[in-house]
Amino acid sequence: MSSSAGDPASVPIVDYLRLGSRPHLRARQCTNCGARYFDRRNACANCGGTDMAYARVRNQGVVKSFTIVHRAAPGIPVPFVSAIVETADGTSVRSNLVNCDPDPETVRLGMKVRLTTYAMGTDDNGTTAVAFGYEPIRSQRAGTKNPQGH
Amino acid sequence: MAGTRIAPDSVWVLGAHMTRFARYPEFDAVDLAAESVLGALADGGVAIGDVDVLAAGSLMQPPGLGQRIQKQVGQTGIPVYNVTNACATGATAVRAAVMAIKAGEAGIGLAVGAEQMGKMGLLGGAAKKKEKRVFEPSGRYGAVTGIDGYLGTATMPGVFAQAGMAYAGEHGGVSFEQFARVAYKNHLHSTLNPLAQYRKKFSMAEVMESPMMSYPNTLLMCCPTGDGAAAAVLVSGERLRRMAPEQRRRAVKLSASVLTSDPYVEWGQVQPDVNTLTRNAAAQAYEAAGVGPEDLDLVELHDCFATAELIHYDNLGLCEPGAAGDFIDSGAPFRDGATPVNVSGGLISKGHPIGATGVANLYEVVAHLRGEAGDRQVPGAKVGLAHVIGLGSACGVHILEKAAA
Repeated sequence: MSSSAGDPASVPIVDYLRLGSRPHLRARQCTNCGARYFDRRNACANCGGTDMAYARVRNQGVVKSFTIVHRAAPGIPVPFVSAIVETADGTSVRSNLVNCDPDPETVRLGMKVRLTTYAMGTDDNGTTAVAFGYEPIRSQRAGTKNPQGH
Repeated sequence: MAGTRIAPDSVWVLGAHMTRFARYPEFDAVDLAAESVLGALADGGVAIGDVDVLAAGSLMQPPGLGQRIQKQVGQTGIPVYNVTNACATGATAVRAAVMAIKAGEAGIGLAVGAEQMGKMGLLGGAAKKKEKRVFEPSGRYGAVTGIDGYLGTATMPGVFAQAGMAYAGEHGGVSFEQFARVAYKNHLHSTLNPLAQYRKKFSMAEVMESPMMSYPNTLLMCCPTGDGAAAAVLVSGERLRRMAPEQRRRAVKLSASVLTSDPYVEWGQVQPDVNTLTRNAAAQAYEAAGVGPEDLDLVELHDCFATAELIHYDNLGLCEPGAAGDFIDSGAPFRDGATPVNVSGGLISKGHPIGATGVANLYEVVAHLRGEAGDRQVPGAKVGLAHVIGLGSACGVHILEKAAA
């Protein structure tokens, strides 16, 4: 990825994706209980605390759940893998799995993944939107035995 | 005799009705709701003038459904509560009427739910359409474009597939075939229900080989959109005591009426938690009714997708913890099994006109407890549970019991 935060021709798909030399997610974190949020909160949904600070979310995680979407709204490329990833620091994130076949025999619950970014489109002004997804970490044996494969 | 067993502070279902769930292009939601209201009043042997409070639920209709129903069935000046609570809307209407009775403000309450959806197709995750495509941040996440399909899925078959797969991951696996068997069962059940939108049996192969929507949910594992209404007349025990023997005989006790929302969980911001609030509602309902899951003769639960029904076996305590896959394999939730689930055909085949669903499941349980469910009757049913859940989230659980006398 050549995108960077200083490049006006490229914007993150959502504001909690931080681009630059090492893209990552940034959450608001309750300073009282540590609960994390990707949107603004008037008070913490867990403890009611009102003091929030930004926290950098770890890029590695494991797949806690997934689905392979074959039907979506018009214009959305299918099939794709939607997943709930739990990062190494315990934050749940929803995104697509990328660089991974959309096949129930390939995607595994418990599979280790890491965040990656890609250009998802260019608007009429020539600005590119950068999205994030999670890709399998292939350098080690991935995940647990496929629980839906028996 | 019957009167002595009716506690004055109890709440009863006096009358119930549902339209067949179907597609009614010639009617609107008001027509359907009014038909159910009149049907439920007649079933309970009372008139609109006897009703002290009206609660009307719909999710997708223009505002003021309750007042528009009154213009069809009788404008008596009573308080009207128009409620909306996602797929738990109907149960919320029931709950509103129950609260008015429990508060002593009403002797007879009427709850109605209705929806006119037509062929809406896939719900959730609509794409943003603009004339000119310009990436400018907007909304709570500063999204520059529609994120559905890029940052995961927001479509209903996908969200509930993820709920089922998370369960599979936590409990050592659930097979595609086990999820499919849920839909096989509900399609089979619906063949006996004349009020079901679809009444066709499908083989396991047909369920599994129908078009994949969102793995593991195939088309036949997803509920349809549709039109319909259901209504229930609720009455205080104090009032029921003074009613005719036949009304008392057919009245069904509402032993528990519970509504919950989703408590905080870490992952709740990215995947709706449909489990915790269902578990909480079930625990409160069992406590209030003084019964346990083993006492249930039938359960109508929120099978918007096959993956949802399976995890609610566990959430409602119908199976051993973690053993929902084994539960469907055992045959227990089939009509002739130990704990029949969705003998109506469920949302998957009976249909899911959203606002009507949480009243229609009471209708179904009431029909069985009265012994009036016809071909699909669960023999000797005495206790039943009705469950709905709406994303956001809201969960309604009602436990009903056959009159003692």
